[in-house]
Amino acid sequence: MEILMAVIIGVLFTSAVYLMLSKSLLRIIIGTGLLSHGAHLLILTMGGLKKGSVPILGEHAKHYVDPIPQALILTAIVISFGVTSFFLVLAYRAYQELGTDNMDQMRGTEGND
Amino acid sequence: MEEWFSQKRRIFIIDFQFVETAIFDSYFIHQGGIFLSLLHLAIFLPFIMAVFVPFLYKGFRKIHTGWFVLIVPALLFGYFLHFIPTVRENEIIKRTIHWIPSLKIDFTAYLDGLSLLFALLITGIGTLVVFYSIFYLSKKREQLHNFYVYLLIFMGAMLGVVLSDNLISLYTFWEFTSLSSFLLIGYWYQRDGSRYGAQKSMLITVFGGLSMLGGIFLLYNMAGTFSIRELITHKELIMASPLFIPSMLLILLGAFTKSAQFPFYIWLPDAMEAPTPVSAYLHSATMVKAGIYLVARMSPVYAESPVWLWIIGSFGIFTMFWASFNAIKQTDLKGILAFSTVSQLGLIMSLLGVGAAALHYKDMDENIFIVATAAAVFHLINHATFKGALFMVAGIIDHETGTRDIRKLGGLMGLMPITFTIALIGSFSMAGLPPFNGFLSKEMFFTGMVRVTEMDLFSLDTWGLLFPIIAWVGSIFTFLYSIMLFFRTFTGKLQMDKLERKPHEAPAGMLAPPIILAALMIIFGFFPNILTYNIIEPAVGAILPELLEPGEHFVGHISFWHGPGIELFMTIGVIALGVVLYLTLSKWGKIYSWFPDKLTFNHLYDQIIKWLESGAKSITKGYMTGFIRSYLVYIFLFFIVISGVTLITKDAFKIDVSNIAPIGVYEVVLALIIVIGSATILLAKSRLTSIIALGAVGYTVSLFFVIFRAPDLALTQLVIETVSVALFLLAFYHLPPLNKHEKGIGFKLGNALISIGVGVIVTLVAISAHSNKLFDSIAKYYIENTHDKAGGENMVNVILVDFRGFDTMFEICVLGIAALGIFGMIRLRLTNEGGKTNEKK
Repeated sequence: MEILMAVIIGVLFTSAVYLMLSKSLLRIIIGTGLLSHGAHLLILTMGGLKKGSVPILGEHAKHYVDPIPQALILTAIVISFGVTSFFLVLAYRAYQELGTDNMDQMRGTEGND
Repeated sequence: MEEWFSQKRRIFIIDFQFVETAIFDSYFIHQGGIFLSLLHLAIFLPFIMAVFVPFLYKGFRKIHTGWFVLIVPALLFGYFLHFIPTVRENEIIKRTIHWIPSLKIDFTAYLDGLSLLFALLITGIGTLVVFYSIFYLSKKREQLHNFYVYLLIFMGAMLGVVLSDNLISLYTFWEFTSLSSFLLIGYWYQRDGSRYGAQKSMLITVFGGLSMLGGIFLLYNMAGTFSIRELITHKELIMASPLFIPSMLLILLGAFTKSAQFPFYIWLPDAMEAPTPVSAYLHSATMVKAGIYLVARMSPVYAESPVWLWIIGSFGIFTMFWASFNAIKQTDLKGILAFSTVSQLGLIMSLLGVGAAALHYKDMDENIFIVATAAAVFHLINHATFKGALFMVAGIIDHETGTRDIRKLGGLMGLMPITFTIALIGSFSMAGLPPFNGFLSKEMFFTGMVRVTEMDLFSLDTWGLLFPIIAWVGSIFTFLYSIMLFFRTFTGKLQMDKLERKPHEAPAGMLAPPIILAALMIIFGFFPNILTYNIIEPAVGAILPELLEPGEHFVGHISFWHGPGIELFMTIGVIALGVVLYLTLSKWGKIYSWFPDKLTFNHLYDQIIKWLESGAKSITKGYMTGFIRSYLVYIFLFFIVISGVTLITKDAFKIDVSNIAPIGVYEVVLALIIVIGSATILLAKSRLTSIIALGAVGYTVSLFFVIFRAPDLALTQLVIETVSVALFLLAFYHLPPLNKHEKGIGFKLGNALISIGVGVIVTLVAISAHSNKLFDSIAKYYIENTHDKAGGENMVNVILVDFRGFDTMFEICVLGIAALGIFGMIRLRLTNEGGKTNEKK
């Protein structure tokens, strides 16, 4: 299972990097979104995917899955959401002000940096 | 917990007290009674005075500030004079102030014959130069406070250089001289030439200074001390070390750049943009001799090596020849004098190099090689006298006629009789004519060089023949430019129309310092033994300490200057050939134009500066493209290469399937959805498709969370994904239609290669990280204690708010900041509403 997950994570990273290398701002933001999905799944996979119960004590199970990666991912999800939304509004404002979403055209002119 | 804290704090306090007492103890023990000696005060006096100069300048407008400054060097000169009897008996004065004892850096003032000689030169010529500058610089037009502050800093720094025993304090003062010289050369900062010259001298001397610092650290590495005295006692250790030659070369680089040796002499002619008193003081008598001082000072450590003798001897003698040859084509008085200074410094340097041979002949009575070192010291003094006087003469001529160009000058003999006399004495002394002091040292120079051929070491018995020949040819050119300088200026026809002012004799105050120097030239010429016993002997003793027992004298070497020898015939040859060359100058002078400008070192220096600038610019332009994509490519490529190479070289990739969970049907389906979703985003032509595909991927991830037993994550992911998609859709209306902007298959292929590389590396790293688990998770603790210690059931939530609550707090901060940032971005529009024009282009 972990190997399948590693491959999926690899696919997510590949698409994310490809999108981030493009010139359109919207595609870059979508790329960051995919990248954070990949990263979250990576944390979960690295924590081990062995069967166990949900990490809630009421279950009275013998084995629980590792709760620590879950806590870490939860923090990461919230932070990446904050950043993505900020980024999205930034892109919106940039488009409003500059009239383009092409990263090449957003390049600072010489002497203006 | 509290207990632990208080205990820790106690330990900390004890530690602190311990450190504190240790520092204070060592501090006071090291102080050892001597706090600040008079010798240190002498070094610091110019610095202290420099602080007060601006106040004196502003407070006493009617009195020329130079008069106040004059007190300092005069006082110091008197103070250093009184050491002569002490030093003559080879007694050494040593005073220490601790500066950074823990790093073995202290400020030890050390006065022996060599230091005293330089200290007397610095303060003596300093007095005369300050006096001269009072009449040279106008009280009304010039910013005198700047001038004297710089000059005093230079004076103090120079005294520090020659009186320091610790190499670090020597280096500190050394860079102070570079800095103050930079300020003085650029004194008329509104002129381009001044700024160019100042920058050039700064770059070259600081390059050398930093090399020297490297050499100093290598020496410390070898001997474990910064003290020159202790280095000499560890000489065997240093000579046996492999770092011996590198440290020597680095130190010599410092000395050669400072003392304007070939090929680093190029800064000196450009430094002539400085006011003439500065040229006279810094660039003839003192600063350029700092390198000479360093070579002489380090001689006891290095001089036994043949490399030392060869490098210093050959570079010195070649500098002497090269600069004297080039002096002839100069048309500016100060230009001639600058090249002449370079040439004479080369002469002294070569004598110091050749003088090192004396160390190989321990028999004192028959040691005929010691004469070279004595000649070096003697010529050092003589050069300071005649070059100082000649610079002052050049300044007077400039001051009284308005030009320094010898093509415009001529026939000033009758108009300026006193200046004429001084120039006569100075240039004849420089040319090496009797009865002036230059003659004596030139004779000793020839003696020293001729004796090189008698040395039976380092294959000097064959190649050594070059030394006297080059020396002789160089001397012919020296003679030539000396008489040229003199006759072109003072004889011939007076070209009144070319002069800016009507020439007349300079004021007495301006003439007094060169008159004193001229008098010294004659006195030293007729009675050289005044110097011999009092100054030269102790100085030679300091350069060659092994040869001189305390209290022992080597009388006789310098007093025998009579009698016909090969040197006398060489001198006659110099005069005869020099006169012939002078008379036929118009015929052979054309050879200078054969030498193309593109091959000069000045041109090379300018080109190097240009290359460095344009090279750095083009390199920066090459990779700082301004496109964010380029930087992402660098980052990802770096990531791929570093991780990939590490995986391969460390043989880190490993698949371990023993500890692995089984694959279920659901997982395969979800995995397929994710793959299809990502592919859809990549291929989508419309923005709606790609956003929906992103949403699909996000929901699949939350389904993964469900399968992998993470209910909180699944919940959060669902909500957040929904909100994100909603946000995307909200921003949708304002965002442009999805435009890929990408054209050309090459662009896509490159991106695809990089992204596949990243994906593969991440997969490989993930697999091998999972296969290399080193220890179990610490989750057991949380599972056991969630209920007992934190009173909760949901482990993830307890970890978030109890065990690791800090993370959550700052995560809340992140959200808050993002919200405020978004609010600010939308609300604040200064460019539009602030009345300023929008910078839309």
